[in-house]
Amino acid sequence: MMKWVLSMAWRDSRGSRRRMVLFVGSMVLGVAALVAINSFGANLRQAIDEQAKALLGADMSLESSAPFPDSVEVMIRDIGGDQSRRTSFSSMARFPRMDGVRLSTIRAQDGVYPWYGEVETDPPAAADDWVARGQALVDQTLVNQFELVPGDSVYVGGNGYTIAGTLLQTPRESAASGLFSPRVYVPLAGLDSTLLSFGSMADYEVYFRFTDGRDVEALADSLRPQLRPARIGVDSVIEERDNWDENLTNLYRFLSLVGFVALLLGSLGVASAVHVYISQRIETVATLRCFGATAGATLAVYAVQALGMGLVGAAGGALVGIGIQLAVPLVLADALPVDVSFALAPGAILLGAGIGVGVTVLFALLPLLAVRRISPLRAIRSQVDQDAGERADWMTWGIRALVVLGVVVFSIIQAPSVGFGLAYAAAIAVVFGALALLARLLIWMVRRLRQRTLPYVVRQGLANLQRPNNQTLLLTLALGLGTFLIGTMLVTERTLLDQVDLSGRAGSANLVFFDIQSDQVDGVREALVEAQVPVVDQVPIVTMRIESVKGRSVRSIREDSTRQGPRWPFTREYRSSYRDYLTDSETLVEGALTDSASLSDGAFPISVEQDLAADLDVSLGDTIVWNVQGMMMPTVIGSIREVDWRRVQTNFFFVFPRGVLEGAPQFVVILARSPDEAAAGRAQSAVARRYANVSAIDVSLVLTVFDAIFSRIAFVIRFMALFSVLTGFIVLFGAVVISRIQRIAETVLLKTLGASQAQVMRIMLVEYIALGVLASLTGLGLALASGWALARFVFQAPLSTGGPGLLLITVGVVSLVVLIGLVSSRGVYRRSALDVLREEG
Amino acid sequence: MPPVLEVAGLSKSYRSGGRPLEVLKQVTFTLNDGDTCAIVGPSGSGKTTLLGLAAGLDAPSTGSVRLCGEDIGPATEDERARIRNQFVGFVFQSFRLIPTLTALENVRVPADLRGDDEAARRASDLLTEVGLGERQDHYPSQLSGGEQQRVALARAFINRPRILFADEPTGNLDTETGERVADLLFELNRTAGTTLVLVTHDLELARRTGRVIRLRSGAVQEDTRGAA
Ligand SMILES: Nc1ncnc2c1ncn2[C@@H]1O[C@H](COP(=O)(O)OP(=O)(O)OP(=O)(O)O)[C@@H](O)[C@H]1O
Ligand SMILES: [Mg+2]
Repeated sequence: MMKWVLSMAWRDSRGSRRRMVLFVGSMVLGVAALVAINSFGANLRQAIDEQAKALLGADMSLESSAPFPDSVEVMIRDIGGDQSRRTSFSSMARFPRMDGVRLSTIRAQDGVYPWYGEVETDPPAAADDWVARGQALVDQTLVNQFELVPGDSVYVGGNGYTIAGTLLQTPRESAASGLFSPRVYVPLAGLDSTLLSFGSMADYEVYFRFTDGRDVEALADSLRPQLRPARIGVDSVIEERDNWDENLTNLYRFLSLVGFVALLLGSLGVASAVHVYISQRIETVATLRCFGATAGATLAVYAVQALGMGLVGAAGGALVGIGIQLAVPLVLADALPVDVSFALAPGAILLGAGIGVGVTVLFALLPLLAVRRISPLRAIRSQVDQDAGERADWMTWGIRALVVLGVVVFSIIQAPSVGFGLAYAAAIAVVFGALALLARLLIWMVRRLRQRTLPYVVRQGLANLQRPNNQTLLLTLALGLGTFLIGTMLVTERTLLDQVDLSGRAGSANLVFFDIQSDQVDGVREALVEAQVPVVDQVPIVTMRIESVKGRSVRSIREDSTRQGPRWPFTREYRSSYRDYLTDSETLVEGALTDSASLSDGAFPISVEQDLAADLDVSLGDTIVWNVQGMMMPTVIGSIREVDWRRVQTNFFFVFPRGVLEGAPQFVVILARSPDEAAAGRAQSAVARRYANVSAIDVSLVLTVFDAIFSRIAFVIRFMALFSVLTGFIVLFGAVVISRIQRIAETVLLKTLGASQAQVMRIMLVEYIALGVLASLTGLGLALASGWALARFVFQAPLSTGGPGLLLITVGVVSLVVLIGLVSSRGVYRRSALDVLREEG
Repeated sequence: MPPVLEVAGLSKSYRSGGRPLEVLKQVTFTLNDGDTCAIVGPSGSGKTTLLGLAAGLDAPSTGSVRLCGEDIGPATEDERARIRNQFVGFVFQSFRLIPTLTALENVRVPADLRGDDEAARRASDLLTEVGLGERQDHYPSQLSGGEQQRVALARAFINRPRILFADEPTGNLDTETGERVADLLFELNRTAGTTLVLVTHDLELARRTGRVIRLRSGAVQEDTRGAA
């Protein structure tokens, strides 16, 4: 019987093989995405393994946010080996030739580090001796912004350096890390020491290289518990590697999830094509049944065909995937700390192809199961009561359950965590469900439209969308999904940009000066007056840490392994302010703000931000003891505030009353509003010349930076969304081709009834335009809904529709649908029906 | 040996618009090896329904059908498939050749289904017998209606069925071609000893059978035998 099934499957596929390849064409891109991304992941992991030492640049490092205490310095000396120091902090980099300043990440280091991996610069020679020559390296961002050329100088604090070159790549950092805060590398020797004086935050690192073959991991493990109380981090090659590994694995897994959507879409295409295919095979099946083929055997014939299709599709997908694998590093280049070289990853290829075959067969079986219920009576009469065929039996339910299970299992395997995987699977279900629902609604509306008095050509075109065995719903869904993905990206991008944009307007501050010491306040204000930039607000800031919460010391909370929730709220350094009013970005939720207090009163009331209160698990009346730079200050929660963090304003987790912090070491933030860019530049330069330690942020620049970062993310996601879009079009192509016979019959009938060639063409045009409009309305409708949900619940901002962008997408989708429709039905309208029936029957 | 076909008290009703519609009422007849029988009657009288039931394509509402001694009423769909493959041949009004198979492959299908090693040779012989020895590798779309029906005849006989059912076998053919097909049918019936059941509107054709069962509104109106 197996022999019969195989030969029958082969013979029965005659004349449809090209069409069947087209059906599985919709699988190809999904499989390709999986193969490409997972292969790339394997390459990436290998690269990270091979270049692990280059990631850290050393064998071990110690890192602290304060200068190492003497006791630790002794330890460092005892550890021995080769050592190198680096100190990083934020400060204004000043470029005198352009009279420009920009807040930058300054990395001051001696010339020894890194030992492993390479510092890449432009020109390449700059990397070798910039330290020895007392010069500086700057980020590409700065070069672009200030049009720097070699030989220009950069001032960090009071010291000027000649720029030796542009920094391209260095250990521990990917190209993207310079995007938000550009980096300036200067020699550690001769650094303006006032920059590291009180109030400024800095990272102190010491790097080690050991040539004596000692067990570095064991050393690092033994150092960690000793150094933890001093808040000194110990990093080793393996730890650094594991960190990168985890982050990058999450990144490529996320991408493969996006690719999975394309695969699912393709499978829906296969399912739908198989459904139509089978409906064209009913008589064959009935005849086979008459001559004694069992239901199981006939099902097997078509299941074998589906398996063959799956194999072909998976093989094609694997090939295309290997091609795309070459492109992935280009897309992700900025996020990668290592050079990823291309290598075939057999495991990833097999996995991708295997998933492709499995998904194809599973989705094809959904419509194929109906084969079992085709009655042999169909051979002697065409109309047989079908209701017996509609009922789903255990096998149908089994296949459906397998499909759902497969999606969930895949999501969980690919997602960073089980919860994320489940959420992702649920999101897929919601998106597909919502698209289908919306599509159904729109199709129903089109049906209503048909009853209106419209020109005949239009009515006929719309009616064609409802021809028997039509795939309108599937096509709306398939084309709508890609539109949805792209639309959501667009809407979200606009919403976020508008948000940042808005915050810069409406009389609020657009320049922020911080790290101002108390005795510098007057000088800064003076400089601002000279630059004609009015001051909006002046805020004092005191740094402090939490000593205990509700009587429990932070140390015991940190060491309590049974505790749920984040630890950082207990251990971080807080920058708090004191005042007797609420700003307009704050709303009181509970309690009342206390105007002033006195240290002699004992515990005094403070105000806490609502979300942080939840993280710390405190409510009104709970006590927190603060360590304000050595001085213990008992407080109670007197009020809880909601804070709108999006405003450009100095917002604080904790606000203290007046009268208690005035004596503590503090620094000041000044908010100003410059009328234009030129004034902003003048003001920043003037302040930077006077006080090297004062930093400034220009909000309009933040907008540009944000735009740059977002467009990179958007690019990666669009790249993946493209797979869905293209899959949608392949599904369309297949659907038109499979309904060819029907379309020919319709055309011949219309022509027989007296329709002209032009009328037939116009009817077809109406059909495809209507389909394109249906798809884009469905996709964009859902995109607006999801964009709104994201805006409302994630970004807490009003929705921005990005107007012309959405219209453009609609025009694009409709034109492509029409184009593909016309291309794939080419010839249908010229050839004689008999001709085609002979060939394709 | 039991009779080839035993139909007893056979009724079939369909639900139509919620009400049961009885399309076949208490039909009883028996056919033995080598018998030929025509079922005639006006359109809608239940001929095709009777044929379908007698051939084991469908289950009766009441009454019984025994094909070569096997009761098809209680049989499962797969058991009926085996019975059909073993004992029954079919010829249809619209030929029902499988468009993707060549003439030879079409003829082989029933033999292939039972795993018969001789299928290829026998199929070739049968095609020669119906005068299409030269057309074995042609697809149905490359054959005329009469040729297609002759291929269908070869297919019907390949498993040496004990009974052959034909629903309007000449209905889609012109008179002359129809006669040639009918000649072949009766010739194969004679040489192989196959029982023949024909549904037809063609009274000429009906006259050539040994027995004519006339249906009216689902009931046997007349059952004449002995003509041929
Ligand atoms: N599945 C069904 N559901 C309801 N009624 C049916 C069904 N199948 C057949 N009938 C009815 O049963 C009656 C007999 O149909 P049948 O096809 O057996 O007639 P027939 O004698 O073969 O007619 P013709 O000569 O036109 O082929 C008809 O009235 C038909 O409408
Ligand atoms: Mg009939």
